[in-house]
This record gives sequence, C-alpha cells and structure tokens, in this order.
Amino acid sequence: MAVTSGHGVRPDRPLSPHLQIYSPLINMVMSIVHRMTGAALYAGSLLLAWWLIAAATGPDYYNYFLSWCDTWFGKLVLLGYTWVLMHHMMGGVRHLIWDSGHGYDLRTVDILSWGSLAASLLLTAIVWVCVAMGGI
Amino acid sequence: MTSMRTPLKKVRYLGSAKEGADHFWKQRVTAVANIFLGVFLVWLIASLLGADYATVKQKLGHPLIAVALLGLVVSGTVHMRIGMQTIIEDYVHDEGLKVAALVLNTFFAVFVALASLFSILKLSFGA
Repeated sequence: MAVTSGHGVRPDRPLSPHLQIYSPLINMVMSIVHRMTGAALYAGSLLLAWWLIAAATGPDYYNYFLSWCDTWFGKLVLLGYTWVLMHHMMGGVRHLIWDSGHGYDLRTVDILSWGSLAASLLLTAIVWVCVAMGGI
Repeated sequence: MTSMRTPLKKVRYLGSAKEGADHFWKQRVTAVANIFLGVFLVWLIASLLGADYATVKQKLGHPLIAVALLGLVVSGTVHMRIGMQTIIEDYVHDEGLKVAALVLNTFFAVFVALASLFSILKLSFGA
C-alpha cells in the first residue's frame, strides 16, 4: 500500500486547475496588468527621482536630462510611463470601488474592467495631445 | 528535539500579527492620495514643457508646488514599497531570498524617497 502521509511525503492528489486552464477574462487580464503596471511604476520612480535630482543639480545637468527625454527612446519611455500611470490609476479606482463592496455583478465587473482600460488610453491620448501642442 | 506540539497549538490564542489590516489600510489611503498627487504631477510636467531652467527651478521651489511634490514622494514611495512587498511575498518562496528581497525593497524605496525629498528641499531652500 502506498504511503500517503507523514513527513516529506507528498501524496499524488489531484490539484485544482491553475490559471492556464481558464480562457482569459477581461477582469483577470486587468488584474495582472494592474500588478505589472505597479511594478513598472516602481522602476519608473527612479526616473522621477532623476528629474528632481537633475533640477536640483543645476542648469547644465538639467539640460543633459532634457536631452535624454528629447530622444525617440526617451519619448517612448515617457509615453509608456504615461499610459502605465494612467492604467494603474484607473485600475486603482476600480479596486477602490470594489473595496467599497459595490460592482460585483458580472456585467459591472466587465464594464469596470473594460472601462478602466478605455479610460487609461483616453487619458494618455489627452496628455500627449497637450504635449504635442506644446504644453498647457 | 522534536516538539510534540502541533504548529496550531503554538500559535493558537496568540492572535494575528496585527499587521494585515494596517497594510491594507495604508495601501488604500496612499492610493487615494496618489490619485490627486498623480494628476498634479502630470499637470506640473505638462506646464513645464519647453520652460527654461530658471523657470523650472522657480516653479519647483514654489511652496505649494514643493509641498505637493513632497506629499507625492512620501505617499508614492510608501505605496510602492508595500505593493512590491506583496509581490515579493506572493512569488518568492525561499525564506532567505524573500528576506533579502524585502530588505532590498525597503532600501530602494528609501533611496528614491531620500534622493527626491532632498532635491525638492534643495530647490526650495538652496542657493
């Protein structure tokens, strides 16, 4: 008879299905993207700190910082940063709504999930239209 | 020596570590603050586009702007530190590696906070 208990014994019991079994739903995808954008903002905080350090250092170094922002790579990073910030912000609002105990029926879950994605794209577009027009 | 007591017996009646609710609440309070401060940051950067250094220095050193930036740095670094702590605790299972990652996480957040706070204060007070 097989040993099924005791120290160091892992009986071969069936496991509950894991993530890859399920077809992705929008709230699942937005949930993990919220975490990924959070991690990206974590790294991006270095960019914010660099900006402040550059401003506090002096005109030469600040202009050097700006020259980085002005490259195509710098602009791509800033565009990405904007969307990541907006997405995490909209996802945060969605989670705060859920924290209040509201919005748990399936239709509202879908609306909130798609809505936060749409809002993040819209807000990013608005910010960069302002940028393209030379600031506010 | 092997203890005859079960792990449950050892922890029963001790209660929780009392940190779960604190972590949850801190994350929400800083989240709400970050909504306002994040919008402020985007506005600030958009308003500084194309500005020369003197203008930038003057604007960042303005008391109201500086106070909002200080708030953003404090709220933001607290939020990101406990957020990353949750990610580490979810995915890093080796105890030694986890403790090391949690310490590095704190160091990183404190570094970003101190560097940013010092810069803001220097822009406000410095020559």
